[in-house]
Amino acid sequence: MTALISLTGVNKYYGDYHALRDINLTINEGEFFSLLGPSGCGKTTLLRTIAGFEGVSEGVVMLGGKDMAGVPANMRPTNMVFQSYAIFPHLTVGENVAFGLRKRKDMDKAAKLAAVDEALTMVGLKGFGDRQAHALSGGQRQRVALARALILKPKVLLLDEPLSALDKKMREQMQVELMRLQRHVGITFILVTHDQEEALVMSDRIAVMFEGEIGQLADPETLYRRPNGRRVAEFIGKMNFLDADVIAVGDKIDVQVGGLGRCQIDAEQAPAGIAVGAAAVGIRPETLAILFDGETTDRKTIAGVVDEVVYYGDMTYYDVRIDGVTETLNIAMKNLIGRPVLDVGEKTTVVWDARSLVLLP
Amino acid sequence: MSLRIYAIAYLVFLYAPIVLLPIFAFNDGTIIAFPLSGFTTEWFSQLWVTKALHNAVQNSLFIAAITAVMSTILGICAARAGAMYDFPLKRGILGLIMLPLVLPEIIVAVSLLVVVVQILDLGLSNWTVIAAHVLICTPFSIAILNGAFQNLDPSMEEAAMDLGESRWSAFRLVTLPLVMPGIISSMLISFTISLDEFIIAFFLTGANPTMPVYIWGLLRFPGSLPIVMALGTLLVGLSIILLTIAEILRRRGMARAGVKDKGGFL
Repeated sequence: MTALISLTGVNKYYGDYHALRDINLTINEGEFFSLLGPSGCGKTTLLRTIAGFEGVSEGVVMLGGKDMAGVPANMRPTNMVFQSYAIFPHLTVGENVAFGLRKRKDMDKAAKLAAVDEALTMVGLKGFGDRQAHALSGGQRQRVALARALILKPKVLLLDEPLSALDKKMREQMQVELMRLQRHVGITFILVTHDQEEALVMSDRIAVMFEGEIGQLADPETLYRRPNGRRVAEFIGKMNFLDADVIAVGDKIDVQVGGLGRCQIDAEQAPAGIAVGAAAVGIRPETLAILFDGETTDRKTIAGVVDEVVYYGDMTYYDVRIDGVTETLNIAMKNLIGRPVLDVGEKTTVVWDARSLVLLP
Repeated sequence: MSLRIYAIAYLVFLYAPIVLLPIFAFNDGTIIAFPLSGFTTEWFSQLWVTKALHNAVQNSLFIAAITAVMSTILGICAARAGAMYDFPLKRGILGLIMLPLVLPEIIVAVSLLVVVVQILDLGLSNWTVIAAHVLICTPFSIAILNGAFQNLDPSMEEAAMDLGESRWSAFRLVTLPLVMPGIISSMLISFTISLDEFIIAFFLTGANPTMPVYIWGLLRFPGSLPIVMALGTLLVGLSIILLTIAEILRRRGMARAGVKDKGGFL
């Protein structure tokens, strides 16, 4: 894989406000890359510096091996799908899609029409060319915005929260369609989103951003299973946190976990350079389990009392109180055949496994 | 019922003086009073041969046209900046630009006269009137154009630039067509304000009077009053035609942009 975009030491200030803090990043050709973070974390600013709508205060943005300093948005090999879609309401769907071809002197009218048809077919809007753009639904507007950007065959497609205006069902459908489209055209996609699920589903790699800096950059599985800090762990999915003491660091790491007891974990479950002393561990709700009557386990168990039950149909989320821990443990259980839904106050047994712990600094 | 009477009385109050214009314009007699003495087009034919009037009308049209264009251009710049950018003291600055809207015209006229003659030491001409009219028309233009620009999605111009257009052509291809109804309204209103503005023109006009100033001069000669009536009739007709055209264009523009029509001038 070759690097298509590289950002080196990128900083951005708005007056005293430090919007981007020392961003270093490479994005590969053909990659589906996501910038994920809460609102105000700088992810959209970062996208706009790549698009050329914002300059950088310090640092270098390279695109396809060329320094982009001073290159305006209309001269960059990037195209953008805006959060509002920014469909031109005074033009037809076809004219919207053809907009970027205005500057293409090498194409005659017939070639342009064919390209528009192809782009519209690609996004599932075949035959919509003559419709007025302002009469479209939200999902259709988004498809037009995609077609309008992709018709120029950019090296990079930038997507600024493209699904946030759609309802849940439409959003899930478009997630799959976007992934399929990305594989089909082979163009690098950079997606900005605040929806962790969306990022996990669609991305090859994700950069999680907080307050202008990248908290962690990894593939979805690593990000979920081995978050490098409490911020990332809290932002992506649900996570139980327990106080811990690192007792010894060797091939394995010896940890005393508050409420659960002593165990050994692998070095890859801990951040690099972990030292003996106070730390925290994170445990995902679905890696804990409740031992129902008649079930056995060879894993570690601990007694607890059900504090809260949240029933979702396919899943039940339990908050279970164990001795020596002030916060309850959140446990996700699949409602398999024969499993009862417990009541608040019932005594129960919690199953846990040292392999699912992640040590946080 | 009483509401209907009120509405009729209101309309009479508004339009009775204007209805009198054409009546006396076609009345064969120099005294503006009932009973009418007969039908004539004499006053209209006199309009065609009064050289001084032609000069005044030409001056006024020239001044109004330039004023309409200039105040609308300034209005576009201000409305666009106000809608798309945030800058320090934005509210204060925009408020200051709107101030001439509420200043008494006589004050504006006197101070401009002082500035032009005493301080800048310039002669009075059509251009001094234009400058003053731009000053009083720009706030109207901004107020009208603000509405048009506030409705725009700021991403739209960026999208056009992203698709390869320069800053200017993005504005020309996307923003301009979408705010065109506002621009036409703004030009029309500025044109009308400038055309019938009297006080400032009276103070700042040079050797060639504008139409309102010329009409005011005519009023000293009772004999020429019917000519003023004929001129007024033409002006009312022209205004109605212009407003209708502007409204048709505005509605068409709204429909094309798919914006919900929130009412205009008609």
